[in-house]
Amino acid sequence: MPLFELHDVRQERGGVAVLHDISLDIPAQQLVSLIGPSGAGKSSLIRLLNRLDDPASGTITYDGKALAGYDVRELRRQVGFVFQSPAMFAGTVAENLRIAATLAGRTATDATLTASLDAAELDASFLTREARRLSGGEQQRVSIARALTSEPRVLLLDEPTSALDPEVAERFMHTVSRLNRERGLSIVMVTHRLAEARAFSDYTVMLEAGRVVESGASAGLFASPREPRTREYVRSAQ
Amino acid sequence: MTETGTIPLSIVDLVLASALVFVAAGISAWQRVGLAKGFLWGGVRAALQLVAVGYVLTWVFSTRHWSLVLLVLLVMLLAATKTVTDRHRGEKRTIAMIAGVAMLVGAGLTLAWVDVLVVHATPWYDPRYVIPLFGMIVGNAMNGAALAAERLASEMDARRGEVEAYLALGASPQQASAEPVRRALNAALIPAVNGLMIVGLVSLPGMMTGQILAGASPLLAVRYQIVVAFMLAGAVAITSACVVLWYRQKFFTASQQLLPRAAQAG
Repeated sequence: MPLFELHDVRQERGGVAVLHDISLDIPAQQLVSLIGPSGAGKSSLIRLLNRLDDPASGTITYDGKALAGYDVRELRRQVGFVFQSPAMFAGTVAENLRIAATLAGRTATDATLTASLDAAELDASFLTREARRLSGGEQQRVSIARALTSEPRVLLLDEPTSALDPEVAERFMHTVSRLNRERGLSIVMVTHRLAEARAFSDYTVMLEAGRVVESGASAGLFASPREPRTREYVRSAQ
Repeated sequence: MTETGTIPLSIVDLVLASALVFVAAGISAWQRVGLAKGFLWGGVRAALQLVAVGYVLTWVFSTRHWSLVLLVLLVMLLAATKTVTDRHRGEKRTIAMIAGVAMLVGAGLTLAWVDVLVVHATPWYDPRYVIPLFGMIVGNAMNGAALAAERLASEMDARRGEVEAYLALGASPQQASAEPVRRALNAALIPAVNGLMIVGLVSLPGMMTGQILAGASPLLAVRYQIVVAFMLAGAVAITSACVVLWYRQKFFTASQQLLPRAAQAG
């Protein structure tokens, strides 16, 4: 069963359609990339998956059940979200993680906090650091650790590396990929870096102007795109 | 001197006092501040408004009917609501509703407490007590409401990322907006705390000054002023809390989503 099924999903912003009747299956336990030029609707789409927004029309299911059928807060604990620009809460990294644990109804021992940090490949010394003083890359890792504290089954990443320099971004992507492989965490990621999508994701969805152009296994999609628009976009970014 | 010991003021005295407004207008014209006309027109308005209020109050005081007193209070409340709404940059109808009801609750409860339990006015609607007390209460509640609403809107705007990060972790809108709410309340309440700290030191409050001018003993005037200081703190706190707790709901959808900027009431 697909992780998410979108059926005729339409979304609007300020009265203008940004997604046009999208129907799409997103597979489970894979690292899925959403790619496409600016204004394609990638971020608008990923925000629907843990109900940060609701679609104007159409249905979305998660695990075979309509999103609207879940308690929205429970859904968000199962489907974590990491934003393009990390929003650190005031206080130390430990306090950031503790807030997430409390919201998830879990007791935050030092061991669980360290485990979350470890999964995001940050060592325990970060616990006492002031979260807002960390570098962009470190903050993005804390965002991941914070999201992992509620033990989600899915992680949504909205252009997580766009503010990072290429080396930091690549190390970050290795971490994300490891979370997917070693923990079986399903990951859906918006990216404008095609090299990232090609190197790390199993499955890729190409969007343009609010429509799905093509989707499929990343290896095939990048090596021999079926649609001329995908071919053009993939080539232009090389 | 009158029976109460107050020196009566003649029209000539008022004309002499008006010279001071001309001084203000003169300074403004001299330094090209652009407020000379404002001072002159403001001076005329102040005089006309106060004379009109004087006649209305004389009438209300002599009639002493509860419905008339409540009508005066209602007009004061509506004027305060309009002031808050005019100062607010966001959607007007929402803020008018929120501020109006919040001031009705905050100022109304405070007035009832002071009027019935503290001052023991008889009858309870005695306009000589109720109207000036409500004027002071609602004036301060109005400033609290305006500050609270303005600050909440700007904090919610500045902290969108943080609020949404909370929501994404499964927080309720209340939990997600706790920090903006705390900051907005803090901003609204600081003048009330400062008011308590400096009363009698930096400023002799209007009510006390008025009573002393009217011949009351300073010690009685002080007791009234203590009541006034306490009631203003209470009224501002209740009103501001009502404003932020109600207003914050306008930033979220029923499905616990943060509304886009354009769709927000703020």
